[in-house]
Amino acid sequence: MFLAFAGPNLLLISVFIYFPLLSNAYYSTLNWRMGSTSATSAGIDNYVRLFTSPQGAEMWRVTITFTVVTVLASMVLGLLVALALNHRIPGITAGRTAIFSPYVLSGVGVGMVWNFIFDPQLGVLGHVLRSFGASSPEWYLDPDLALVMVIVVYVWKNLGFCAVVFLAGLQSIPSDLIEAARIDRAGALRRFFRLTLPLLSPTVFFLTVTNILSSMQAFDILKIMTPSGNGTNTIVFELFLQGFGPYQNAGYAAAISVVLFVVLFAITAFQMRFVEKRVHYA
Amino acid sequence: MSATNLSHWRQAFSRRNIVATVLGGYLPILIAMAVIVLPLAWMAIASFKPAPEIITTQPVLWPQDPTLDNYAHVADTVPLLTVLGNSLIVTIVGSVIKVVLAITTAYALVFIDFRFKNAVFLAILVALMVPPEAALLPNYLTISSLGGRNTLWGIILPGLGTAFGTFLLRQQFKTLPKDLLEAAQLDGAGHLKRLWRIVAPVSAPTIATVALVTIVGEWNSFMWPLIITDSVQNMTLPVGLNLLQSIEGQTGSYGYLMAGAVLVILPVLIVFAALQRFIVSGLTQGAVK
Repeated sequence: MFLAFAGPNLLLISVFIYFPLLSNAYYSTLNWRMGSTSATSAGIDNYVRLFTSPQGAEMWRVTITFTVVTVLASMVLGLLVALALNHRIPGITAGRTAIFSPYVLSGVGVGMVWNFIFDPQLGVLGHVLRSFGASSPEWYLDPDLALVMVIVVYVWKNLGFCAVVFLAGLQSIPSDLIEAARIDRAGALRRFFRLTLPLLSPTVFFLTVTNILSSMQAFDILKIMTPSGNGTNTIVFELFLQGFGPYQNAGYAAAISVVLFVVLFAITAFQMRFVEKRVHYA
Repeated sequence: MSATNLSHWRQAFSRRNIVATVLGGYLPILIAMAVIVLPLAWMAIASFKPAPEIITTQPVLWPQDPTLDNYAHVADTVPLLTVLGNSLIVTIVGSVIKVVLAITTAYALVFIDFRFKNAVFLAILVALMVPPEAALLPNYLTISSLGGRNTLWGIILPGLGTAFGTFLLRQQFKTLPKDLLEAAQLDGAGHLKRLWRIVAPVSAPTIATVALVTIVGEWNSFMWPLIITDSVQNMTLPVGLNLLQSIEGQTGSYGYLMAGAVLVILPVLIVFAALQRFIVSGLTQGAVK
């Protein structure tokens, strides 16, 4: 009876989640072009390449930069917005809804909208810069600027999520604690750093982990704004380009998949097992 | 009005408090809202502008000569109705099956005895931690070998196994009082009847949450449909828009592109505005314990 209810789902999970993990581990040891019927053994060459080749090093540099900056920026801006939202004033719910909304929108659509804004000739950003006498940077030609651009758009899409989660954290802080600090004549900044922020540490921890996971899986915006990668090849984008893009390098893509899984799994397991117990309420 | 009430009123409307509310509350929120809303508004407005108002160094806010040509052009470039229809089918069929599977699996995990129940739950928990991108390559090979390239079932099938919904519903089902079901069991109701008559109705809000999050996810889904389709007749909307972007991106035809973006963004925005309570709670699960 149990299997009649849970069986179909378990079968699907086995075939499309667990089996791929195993077969990827095997493919990753092959020197194999996508679509080719023959492959030669590559041993651990694909992994060596992933960690030692210039191409691999570039992927890690971009992945780490993108992840660290998007996570920090979304969380700092999200916290500031949450502090502003944490007032009992009319219209606050509508504000919350509007600020959260980009998080649920299609990354493809969002990328297209921002392509139009960043376009150096026709984009509104360039027009604004020109009206101040500056000229628009070549966002799409310079790899460093391209990375800045996709980071800005990703943070734009993500910060409402952080704001709403922080807001829930703020609202769970007993108001008499804050009130007591106010009566003790603690200043606003002091109240924030000595009281509010420590009390928010579980929320900060949760958001750090979930944001790292989602930033490392970013794809839609990167693909739409820089279609074949240009200083924006984070791990998942590189996996796509290697396996399904111009390179058709299935063995190497499989090695990236295995490493991606190991890294993300380790971060999640770390969260569940270890640190969660060590985050202290102030 | 009592004295304390009066002092509360004085405090609330004191000049200092009003200034603090405006500076600390309204002003930052208005700035944040402007940053969020303006790009989307710019998209919507531009989608009605004719080409000369887009390809210009002197853009104006409102279209001087509003037109629906951009939408018509998108419909010519990618077979719009076909692509839109594909997206609808994938979203509806995929979501219905996923939600039903999540409900039945969660029910089994909570209410049906099974020796290896804990092992099964652990397997689902671990599946929740597997990034879907890590399964891309083998799933592509599996679906291709089954003849699923450029088919709608090929788009839908690999994503059907659901860990997220199962996990969320299991938590909800565990809060239900056992005697609720025991009474039904004494009346001779089987598991299926207990599920549809009792468990599902009382869990409706959680099911709605899972359903909405699933629907939004299916509609926006991009990477897998991009890989498994290359013929435009079988593409979903995001993949069709990716094609449109690669055709029109070089020519500065942003009017067309914004019309395309409106088509993929607006439906979700409407659903979100109407049902945001469920969607936000589903997407921020785990944050608030």
